[in-house]
Amino acid sequence: MSQIADKADIKDTLLANFEALKREVEAKNNAVLNENRNAAFAAFEKLGLPGAKSEYYKYTDITKVLKKQFAGHSLAPQVKISSSALGSIMLEDLEANVLVFVNGRYSKEHSNIISPANELVVTELSEAAVAHKEDFEKHFAKYANVSEDAFTALNTAFTQEGAFIKVAENKIIEKPIIFYFITDSSSSQTVSYPRNLFLIGENSQVNFVESYQSIGEERNLTNSVTEIVVGENAYVNYHKIQADGENAYHIGTTQVYQTAKSTFNAITITLSGAVVRNNLNIVLDAENCESHMYGLYLLKDQQHVDNHTMVDHKKPNCFSNELYKGVMDDKSTGVFNGRIFVRQDAQKTNAFQSNKNIIISDKANMYTKPQLEIWADDVKCSHGCTTGQLDEEQLFYLRARGIDKKSAKAMLLQAFAKDVLENIKIEPLKKKLEEILEARLHV
Amino acid sequence: MLSIKNLQASVEGKQILKGINLEVKAGEVHAIMGPNGSGKSTLASVLAGREEYDVNEGNVEFLGKDLLELSPEDRAREGLFLAFQYPIEIPGVSSTNFLKTALNQIREYHGEEPLNAVEFLSTMKEKMKLVEIDQSLLNRSLNEGFSGGEKKRNEIFQMAMLEPKLAILDETDSGLDIDALRVVANGVNTLKSPENATIVVTHYQRLLDYIVPDFVHVLYKGKIVKSGTKELALELEERGYDWIIKEVEESAV
Repeated sequence: MSQIADKADIKDTLLANFEALKREVEAKNNAVLNENRNAAFAAFEKLGLPGAKSEYYKYTDITKVLKKQFAGHSLAPQVKISSSALGSIMLEDLEANVLVFVNGRYSKEHSNIISPANELVVTELSEAAVAHKEDFEKHFAKYANVSEDAFTALNTAFTQEGAFIKVAENKIIEKPIIFYFITDSSSSQTVSYPRNLFLIGENSQVNFVESYQSIGEERNLTNSVTEIVVGENAYVNYHKIQADGENAYHIGTTQVYQTAKSTFNAITITLSGAVVRNNLNIVLDAENCESHMYGLYLLKDQQHVDNHTMVDHKKPNCFSNELYKGVMDDKSTGVFNGRIFVRQDAQKTNAFQSNKNIIISDKANMYTKPQLEIWADDVKCSHGCTTGQLDEEQLFYLRARGIDKKSAKAMLLQAFAKDVLENIKIEPLKKKLEEILEARLHV
Repeated sequence: MLSIKNLQASVEGKQILKGINLEVKAGEVHAIMGPNGSGKSTLASVLAGREEYDVNEGNVEFLGKDLLELSPEDRAREGLFLAFQYPIEIPGVSSTNFLKTALNQIREYHGEEPLNAVEFLSTMKEKMKLVEIDQSLLNRSLNEGFSGGEKKRNEIFQMAMLEPKLAILDETDSGLDIDALRVVANGVNTLKSPENATIVVTHYQRLLDYIVPDFVHVLYKGKIVKSGTKELALELEERGYDWIIKEVEESAV
């Protein structure tokens, strides 16, 4: 079986899957979706998969992963998941709007929207193309650029299911919106392409959580794209929590477009996964915007996690702040690439970036690269990165009080992670992550 | 309680301690004095188990055990306490959680049940009074943003919580004003009992006005060159170290 897969060509595989998908959905999807799909696949064919020399994928060779692990794959089958299997995945003690996707497909039976319809519209993406035609056509695929990134192009070409969310103007959505993207590869290898579009109305406030988890023994690949449009003076907290299994490969892009006086806070927590690549791109296209990007990755075994972030300051008087922290154990690899653009117009920009890493094994690797491109002359920008081991002096101080080495290390690592976790305002989520962290660090 | 025989230690290949001999019995207070660079802090660090120091010769027995064989945490659990000359700031680690973990790991080592939250808090309240430390300090991260005096006071507070058999105060007086010095000394004196012992490492006699030693030792170039009673400390205060250095160098000729 695997020998056949080895011989298959990944490009042929993708093309075959694309043709199959078209046959399945073209008749029932509307014209805009279909047009986008075709244009995106054409863009992909033009771009091709990133080669070994691609700067953008320099330390994370996803093409190799695709060729080796996913040649000959077919699209994820539709599977049902039991409520009991979901139980261990979902957050307890939290009243929330819940959307469950299994292998990229919306699971109505496990989803539950509790916020009133005059505050929050939630529909499947393919439905939104019809029911919210105007919004859909105005925003869908207008931010995540298919002609720049092959994986965004692929996601757009394979867009089948996902969520369309529209937050009305002047509303505070008190219940967070939680997505559980579950990959079930128990019966076969799976590849899925979740695609979301969030539109946040003026003066509104909302919390999103995207939770990625996988069950099953076979390999699985998720290529997700979420586009978020933040209306004027709106306030958005966006969390991406990744706790995929050791067979899980993830490429995800979160593409954010901010309008005037809006605030966007992103928190990306990666706890596991085989190869994870996160792209977080924020475009500040109006004055007085604020963006915060926090990240925490805790890696072990041979895990590979790559966080690429980009903030594009296009207009004056905006503020962006970024703090990514990582702990690398065993033979794991971490990558951080933080791009900040300050365009000529964007005077009085304040942009700060920091990446801090602790390596706790001799065989772990960290590649970190700040990338600041500044064309305006009246700005405050700073960046810093540190990669090192645990502080020996701190460790000795704790041990000199009778605390064993393992506990002392765990205490220091928890303290290290704290200034990322403390930005999570959804208490049950924070608590759960703290518990996971504590259990992980004491192992 | 503590028996140091011919202790020789080096750091990065440079020998600092060149044969220390010292006996400390329960109930005693020893002062170790000496000019800068004589090896006072090295001695304290070697006893506490700092890993960057290599012990080249000699042995140290603490309550019947070979101290040098023990990890730093086991030394602490056996009852050794080092009050740091420069207490370390640890952002993100809460003072309370730190102390609770330390105390309960020490208790576990001795086969005792861990203290529950209520017991722990009441012990803490009681000891806080002893060293006049404020709750607001303990609500903060460990030593983070503490003044020099607050850090030293926190060391004595930790000592009060952990109730060591042997406390080594490494230059605890440095950077303290008279009020803070009195508070710290008062804490140490209150904790003193016939069962425990204290080693005060200091450059100046000042602290010894408050913590009165039974014995005073002068360390010079990695050796104890003179021992005496508290009068020796007063003499050092008056005459400085030069006369001892001279004595040593003359006898060496």
